[in-house]
Amino acid sequence: MIEVLSTTALATVQDFGRFGSLGYGVGTSGAMDHLALALGNLMLGNPEGAAAIEIPMFTFEVRFVQDCAFAVSGAACDASLDGQPLPPYWVAQAREGQVLSLGYPTSGSRAYLCLAGGVDVPSVLGSRSTQLRGEFGGLHGRALQQGDRIAALRPGVSKLPSDFGVVSPSHALPLLCDGVPAMRVLPAAEYDCFLDESRAAFWAGEWKITTQSNRYGYRLEGAPILPKAPMEIRSHGIVPGVIQVPHGGQPIIQMRDAQPSGGYPKFGTVIEADLWRLGQAPIGSKVRFVECSYAEAVAALEDNQRYLVQVRRLVDLHRLASH
Amino acid sequence: MSTASVPRISLLGSTALLFEAPGELDLAPQQRIWSLALQASEWPEIHEAVPGMNNLMLTFIQPPRDLDGLCERLLQAWDTCRPLPLEGRIVELPVVYGGEFGPHMQDVVAHTGLDIETIANLHCEPLYPVYALGSHPGYCYLGGMDARLATPRRQVPVLSVGAGSVSIGGVQTGVSASAGPSGWNTIGRTEMTFFDPTQNPPAMLRPGDMLRLRIERIIR
Repeated sequence: MIEVLSTTALATVQDFGRFGSLGYGVGTSGAMDHLALALGNLMLGNPEGAAAIEIPMFTFEVRFVQDCAFAVSGAACDASLDGQPLPPYWVAQAREGQVLSLGYPTSGSRAYLCLAGGVDVPSVLGSRSTQLRGEFGGLHGRALQQGDRIAALRPGVSKLPSDFGVVSPSHALPLLCDGVPAMRVLPAAEYDCFLDESRAAFWAGEWKITTQSNRYGYRLEGAPILPKAPMEIRSHGIVPGVIQVPHGGQPIIQMRDAQPSGGYPKFGTVIEADLWRLGQAPIGSKVRFVECSYAEAVAALEDNQRYLVQVRRLVDLHRLASH
Repeated sequence: MSTASVPRISLLGSTALLFEAPGELDLAPQQRIWSLALQASEWPEIHEAVPGMNNLMLTFIQPPRDLDGLCERLLQAWDTCRPLPLEGRIVELPVVYGGEFGPHMQDVVAHTGLDIETIANLHCEPLYPVYALGSHPGYCYLGGMDARLATPRRQVPVLSVGAGSVSIGGVQTGVSASAGPSGWNTIGRTEMTFFDPTQNPPAMLRPGDMLRLRIERIIR
């Protein structure tokens, strides 16, 4: 059990997401950085997709109401336990009364606080992720508030090893384009309906992540993307990563809290394997996009999996060494 | 695009594909979409088959190795599938048109050249079949709106419209189930509970149900 001390807004409980309810209009939600969530959980011996607390605003502080092992993953955010610094991507054992503080990130933008066994909130429609619009899932269907108490499924003194770390995804799987963080994009249905020069500018340009960006979507700012002719298309299913271009020409990338359907023309889709990169791109920063094929999108998912397998091996070694 | 003569398949990253039926937006092709969704949801590589407006999204359990094979199977199934004539219950909703509840009514007036009275009357005329659910929990896409009311989606989506907002997006119309962002033109407001996550199914309406809108008041 932990108690939220900070008043910082917008921290939510997230797992890999809610699947199987798209047909009721329920989007998937889920962690903005699946890799960070998986890694934090792996270090604790949890299932990769166990629920954790996603923290997008800092500083963030919790007090451990009872002993509990935890891991902090995602953004490098000057974590400290009772003032004792913890490296990024680190697992540790907290004792009752200790306070964990997360400071302003030096890289990345979202941290994950994973607890032993996972965060214990009820599963709704198959997931513990917070559905903010539907006001269900997570802790009472809302963002965490000061004074909230959140239980772990496996509190106490962990029998598993702690005080070790793993290599971060941005080090293991770097992707830059001219020194700027990049994401791979697979063109979508209306790609050919945009002006040639707009398409060229999309790939060549730097895109600023505006302040109107959140878990629902990232609104980008750059040279407007203009269609050859106005398009009014029928509403259809969409997924996180889809880049919609409203008539104004400034693209919006759908993120994890995205609607499960939409009707603005689709330029492309940031591939699932790279969505974590966007989840960690701070507001105000610039990103680039690199065109890719379906085969490359699938291969990129496999790269992510391979990295997780390597980390799992490393965690297993720690476990063997501690016996 | 929407009025193509043959079906169209496109990718949504490595997560899903989108099948778009040819022809004008109509109930007959939608009944075939419902039928196609039922079939495709049984396929081993498909996680969810999600009907849209004369289209169908298939999400993958794993990205299929043989994407071409899947697309071929989908086109064949479309060619042979029979319409699934779902017929559900009829739900009546009173709507207040215009004023503070219809912040974009003037945009619809400007685009269509019709006055508020005519817009409200034309909008209440049809018995609207629910074509599909989407957008947000419990939201229903309605088919059969009078084409004279068609108004393009907004240049820039609005950050929030209230629950119960009755709005127009292109040739489509619908009622917001909860407050949230929208790119549609809101012309009125109604009240109804569309979603309850503790119920099974959690959505109150399903494809094939029908909505009857009634003018409660017009604010000029």
